[in-house]
Amino acid sequence: MRPHEFEPGAASDAVIAIEGLTKTYKSGFQALKSVDLTIRRGEIFALLGPNGAGKTTLISVVCGIVNPTSGRVRVNGHDILTDYRAARAQIGLVPQELTTDAFETVWNTVSFSRGLFGKSSNPAHIERVLKDLSLWEKRDNRMMTLSGGMKRRVLIAKALSHEPQVLFLDEPTAGVDVELRQDMWRLVRALRDTGVTIILTTHYIEEAEEMADRVGVISKGEIILVEDKAELMRKLGRKQLTLQLQAALPAVPASLGAYDLQLAAEGTELTYTYDTKAERTGITSLLRDLSEAGIRFRDLRTRQSSLEEIFVGLLKEQA
Amino acid sequence: MNWLAVRSIYLFEMNRWRRTIVQSIVSPVISTSLYFVVFGAAIGSAISAIDGVAYGAYIVPGLLMLSLLTQSISNASFGIYFPRFSGTIYEILSAPVSPFEIVLGYVGAAATKSILLGLIILATAALFVPIRIDHPFVMVLFLVLTAATFSLFGFVIGLWADGFEKLQLVPLLIVTPLTFLGGSFYSIGMLPPFWRTVSLFNPVVYLVSGFRWSFFGRADVSVGLSLGMTFLFLALCLAAVTAMFRTGYRLKA
Ligand SMILES: Nc1ncnc2c1ncn2[C@@H]1O[C@H](COP(=O)(O)OP(=O)(O)O)[C@@H](O)[C@H]1O
Ligand SMILES: [Mg+2]
Repeated sequence: MRPHEFEPGAASDAVIAIEGLTKTYKSGFQALKSVDLTIRRGEIFALLGPNGAGKTTLISVVCGIVNPTSGRVRVNGHDILTDYRAARAQIGLVPQELTTDAFETVWNTVSFSRGLFGKSSNPAHIERVLKDLSLWEKRDNRMMTLSGGMKRRVLIAKALSHEPQVLFLDEPTAGVDVELRQDMWRLVRALRDTGVTIILTTHYIEEAEEMADRVGVISKGEIILVEDKAELMRKLGRKQLTLQLQAALPAVPASLGAYDLQLAAEGTELTYTYDTKAERTGITSLLRDLSEAGIRFRDLRTRQSSLEEIFVGLLKEQA
Repeated sequence: MNWLAVRSIYLFEMNRWRRTIVQSIVSPVISTSLYFVVFGAAIGSAISAIDGVAYGAYIVPGLLMLSLLTQSISNASFGIYFPRFSGTIYEILSAPVSPFEIVLGYVGAAATKSILLGLIILATAALFVPIRIDHPFVMVLFLVLTAATFSLFGFVIGLWADGFEKLQLVPLLIVTPLTFLGGSFYSIGMLPPFWRTVSLFNPVVYLVSGFRWSFFGRADVSVGLSLGMTFLFLALCLAAVTAMFRTGYRLKA
């Protein structure tokens, strides 16, 4: 068991506890519908959902940028409304939008953030953060002279300037180059190793798949699923068994019509899709029926479906 | 109190001011100096003294008030409007700071700038016209109170405005006319009785009158009333800011 995996339900492990949170915007639009969610200390949690699902709204409420309509949110036990100072002091937020003070230098804007969060100045820490984000050479540059990717780095540096215990990354890799993406994941893992809890939103499934310990799926303002990533893949995953045939088949034989089979690679590959959740996978009987039909194969492999496929399947169920 | 946050916001705002020193200091000083040149040195000698004070000197407190009001409002309103407009306000909202601390940082900085500017203009005025200050303590009191009050008023406008036009609207359409009609260039005692009564509804009259008293010991209305009106306006602005923050008005969705 890796150190960041915990027994579910152990209350002291909850770093963020969201109960019955709803948000109705002034327009009357209900962006969050009674959301319950617990984030565990030290985990990387990926909040996955299509555009407009309510990811940014959820984060904004927790961080104090949007007023909740009802419900309760606590950060390390501190209520975000009645005990907002203690709650917010622990949180670093990297917003979705690239909003920066154009005329400020990198060093000043990052130092400003630290002061704003009530931490006394610590140039050594700021220096470390800037170096970790490859911003050290740019420290005296004004924000407006930086590229989009560099600005994103600065926003991360600002969020880390006050040594938060919880870091929110709202679509951190949207429109970001490969290099930054890799740097970012390296940093996120390093932060997690120091005990920082990380919540990221994305609609790139690979990101959640690569990075997260747990995944939550939000759709139309509702959390429709929260699961350990590995568990999710195991439980919901559909697997594919691909057989490489010795001789090409013109079509799937009628005698095998009961199975979900597809022919590919000019008839030399037969793919069987099955559900790992099912009581029986049907593999045994398929192999028997294949041999009865006189179909022989040279090799076989299995492939687990990606989160993306799981995700699309889930959203279809919702619709 | 999160004093470090107040300090951070305050210094951030002062820094912004330093970057734009030409617009924020040089241009108001030059434009105000022009009044002194025209009214003090050029045509001022052709206008008779008011309340025994040479006209060129008589208008100094009023002109100081004019710059104090417009600069306080424009500085403070821009200071809070711009982060709202650019989106950088997210950081202020997500920080462990109370509304009071936010106001203290922004309004404190705006008031500081106005006070400094006022002192610079006063020093400039002294180059053109003979100035005397009979009640320096009261003068400073009015200077500080007016700067604070109208910075707060500007902050309210900066929260309320949903476009740059609205930001300009109030100073241009309300404050400047009220200042010109508020006895900056004349004593309201010189007006016909009807207009004198109308003038008493103009809050700027009380500011200018009290401020002028601190210089020359002459006032259109009693100093106590002037001070009282200033405090009243301060209280109104404070109430407006408090209500806005309580509801998250135009700050939080
Ligand atoms: N200030 C607002 N007023 C009204 N509706 C809003 C506001 N902000 C977001 N919404 C709506 O709420 C929904 C959720 O938005 P958001 O939380 O940004 O979704 P996501 O981050 O998952 O893309 C969207 O339909 C969006 O249009
Ligand atoms: Mg979003």
